[in-house]
Amino acid sequence: MAVLGETAGSRIALRRKRTLPGSKAAYGYIAPFFAVFIAFSLYPWLDTAWVSLHNVRLTTYDQQQWVGLANYRNLFTNKFFYNALRNTLTIGIISTVPQLCLALGIAHLLNYKLRGRTFFRVAMLMPYATSLAAATVIFLQLFDKDLGIINWFLAELHLPRLDWQGSKWPAQIAVSAIVTWRWTGYNALIYLAGMQAIDTSLYEAAAIDGASRWQQFRHVTIPGLRPTILFTIVVSTIGAAQLFGEPLLYHNGIPDGGTSNQFQTLGLLMYQQGWTNDRLGLASATAWTMFGIIVLAVLCNLWLSRRRGQRLVIPIAATPSTLEVVR
Amino acid sequence: MPHRSRTRLWMVATLGTVAAVGLTACSSSKTTSATDDPNAKVTLTVGLFGTFGFKEAGLYDEYMRQHPNVTIKEDDVEQSADYWTRLKTRLASGSGLDDVQGIEIGFVSDVVQNHANQFVDFASLSESSSLKSSFYDWKWQQASTSDGKTIGLGTDTGPEAICYRPDLLKAAGLPSDGATLATKWANWTDYLNFGKQYEASKTKPASSHFVDSAASIFSTAVYQGNEAYDNAQGKPDVANSDGVKSAWNYATQAAQAKLTAGLQQFATPWNKAFSNGAFATIACPTWMMGYIQGQAGPSNAGKWSVAPVLPGGATNWGGSWLGVPKASKHQKAAEQLVEWLTNSQQEITMWTKGGHWPSNSQAAADPSVKGATAAYFSNAPVGQIFGDIADKMKIPPIGLYDTQIQQALTTQLTNVETKGTDPNKAFNDAMDAVKQVTG
Repeated sequence: MAVLGETAGSRIALRRKRTLPGSKAAYGYIAPFFAVFIAFSLYPWLDTAWVSLHNVRLTTYDQQQWVGLANYRNLFTNKFFYNALRNTLTIGIISTVPQLCLALGIAHLLNYKLRGRTFFRVAMLMPYATSLAAATVIFLQLFDKDLGIINWFLAELHLPRLDWQGSKWPAQIAVSAIVTWRWTGYNALIYLAGMQAIDTSLYEAAAIDGASRWQQFRHVTIPGLRPTILFTIVVSTIGAAQLFGEPLLYHNGIPDGGTSNQFQTLGLLMYQQGWTNDRLGLASATAWTMFGIIVLAVLCNLWLSRRRGQRLVIPIAATPSTLEVVR
Repeated sequence: MPHRSRTRLWMVATLGTVAAVGLTACSSSKTTSATDDPNAKVTLTVGLFGTFGFKEAGLYDEYMRQHPNVTIKEDDVEQSADYWTRLKTRLASGSGLDDVQGIEIGFVSDVVQNHANQFVDFASLSESSSLKSSFYDWKWQQASTSDGKTIGLGTDTGPEAICYRPDLLKAAGLPSDGATLATKWANWTDYLNFGKQYEASKTKPASSHFVDSAASIFSTAVYQGNEAYDNAQGKPDVANSDGVKSAWNYATQAAQAKLTAGLQQFATPWNKAFSNGAFATIACPTWMMGYIQGQAGPSNAGKWSVAPVLPGGATNWGGSWLGVPKASKHQKAAEQLVEWLTNSQQEITMWTKGGHWPSNSQAAADPSVKGATAAYFSNAPVGQIFGDIADKMKIPPIGLYDTQIQQALTTQLTNVETKGTDPNKAFNDAMDAVKQVTG
C-alpha cells in the first residue's frame, strides 16, 4: 500500500500544493449531510437545552416559563430519577457483560473451519434483524407468570415459579434476556471480523510452543482483539444507557417500567415525564443529564483503555490484508 | 486539473438546486381554497380512537348517500392515550389535523383550557341554541370554556351498571337474577359482602374471582362523591377528595379480602379473562358491553347479563365529543357532518346498533332507546337499566390531569392486589407519582 510522501516525486508535489485536489467540490458533497444534521440533530439538541431551563408543558408548548436550573434540581432530588439511574446501571450490566462474553465465545468457535459456517453466521444475525415489538411480545409470553413456558420449566425442575413482570430482579433479568438475544449475534460478527485481522502465524507459533486451544484464545485472540473489544464495550455502554424499546414494550407500552417502576430506565423516565406527565421541561433536563452520563461513561472507558496503552480502532474499515484470510 | 474541479463544482451546485426545489415541491401542502359552496366535492377526514362505531353502524355510508359530494375517510388510533399524544403534538404545531377530531372525557378538560381557540366554537353558530338544548347540560358544559365557547358536540356517555355471569353466581349457590341483585348490590359494603360469600363458596369454579380488579371498583366509586380529582377551585387535590378517599377504601378492602382476579384493565390477560370465567362481575359502562362482546366472542353469547344497579349511586365513566379544528380546510362541511352524527336520530341508531348511550337527551328519551334489549346479554332490558341510571347520574367536576392521576392510583392498587403492598404505603407511592404529573 503506497503511503503518501514515500516517493521523492510525490514529496515534492506535496510541498508545492496548498490544497488537495477537488477540495471545493468535497464541501459540496458533504454539505447535504451537515444540512440535515444541523436541522434535525444540532438544532433540537440546543433547543432541548433551552427548554430544560423552562417550565414547559406539551399542551401549552408556547407558554414557557423561565425557571433556570430548577428542573435539574428537581431531578437530582427526585427518587424516580435515582431509581431509573440504578435500574439503567443494573440492567446495563446484566445485559452487556454476559452478552459480550457470549459473543466472544461464539465468534471464537465460528472462526474455526466448521461445516455450514455461513449458515451459522447468518442464523446468528437473525435476532438482530427481527422487529423489536415482535420479539418483546414473544418474550412476554415466554416469561408470563402463569402460562409462560419458562415458569413451567422451573416448576418441572421443582424450583419456585417467579413473577417475571412484577418482581424487580426477575423483571430486569427478563428485559436483559431480550437485549442479549438481540445483540449477541451482532457483536459476535464484529468480533469475528476483528479475529480475521489476527495473523494466523501467531496461532501456528503458539501451537508449536504447545499451547492448548484455550491458551491460544487467552494469549493470542484476546490481546489481538483488544481494540475491537473496546469498541464493542463503548457502543454497548451507549446502547445500555439509552435502553428504551424493550422495557417499554415489556409493560405493554406503558412507560412506567412496571407497577413499582422496577425496570424503568432513564429513557423510559424521560418519555413518561414528557409525554405521559406532560412535563417537557423536566424531560429535557433528563435528556441532557442522560447525555452527560453517556459522555462520562465513554470517557471512562477511553481513559481505562489508554492506561493499558490501546487505541480505539473501528473495525469496519478492514485493511486489504484481512480480505485475503480464509473465511 | 482546475478545469475538472470547476465542472465538479457546477455538478454539485446543480444537484443541490434540483434537490432543494424538489424538497420544497414535496413539502408544499395542497392549497385548496376553503370554499363555502355546499355542492363542491370535499373529502372529510375524521380522526378517532378506539371504536366510536360510526362506520360499523353504517352512518358514514348513509351520510355519503345523502350528500353525494362528500367523501368521508376515517383515521383511527386504537388507544386513546396514543391518540391524545398525537393530537397534542399536532395542536402544538398547528398542522396535520383532521377535519373532525374525536375528544375523550380524559382530555376534554385540557382541550377546553388550552386549545379552545383552535377549535370551532359551536356556541357561536346560528343554530347553537337548538344544539345546546338537545344535549345533557353537564355534557355541554364539560366541553365549554368559562366564557361560553363550546368546542365539541357530545357523542356518547357511559352510564354504569354491573355486568355479571349468572352461571358463575348460580354455581356458587348465590342469587343470579337482576331484581334480587339490585337489592343486594345497592351499596359497596353489601356488594363486597356478597363478594366474600362468592369467594367462600365451595361450589364456585376454582380459579374464578368475584370482580376483575380493584381498579374496576375504584374507577367507579371515585366519581360518586362531590369531588373526584379536582377541588372546587379547579386545582388537582387528590388527598382531600371525598371521592378518592371512599373509592380507595372500598378498592383496598376488595384487594385485601382477595375478591379480585388481580388483572390490569385493558391489558391482554384481562382481555382473555372475559371468555375464561376468571371473574364473575365487572363495573360496566355502556361501552363495556361492546368490549365484552368483542373480547368474549359469539361463543359466549347469553352467558353474560346486566344487573339494574350500580353500588353507591348512578355515575358515568367515559364519553366523547366531536370537534372541528379551525385548521380544517372544510370547516362548514365538517360542522355539518358533526351536527348530523350527533343529532338525536343518529344517536338513537348508535345505541340500538352499537351500544353507545346517547349524550343527546332527546335521543335518550326516545322509546326505542328505552325499550332496547341486548341479545348477547341474556336479553337484559338494557335500555331501561341504563336509561334509569343515566337520568340519575352524578357528575363531579373533571380536571386537567384526571387520566394520569387515575392511572397512578390504579397502578398502585395492582400492587396492593398482587404483591400485598400495604394500602397506606401504596397510597403514598401514588401521591408521589401524582406529584410528578402535577408538578
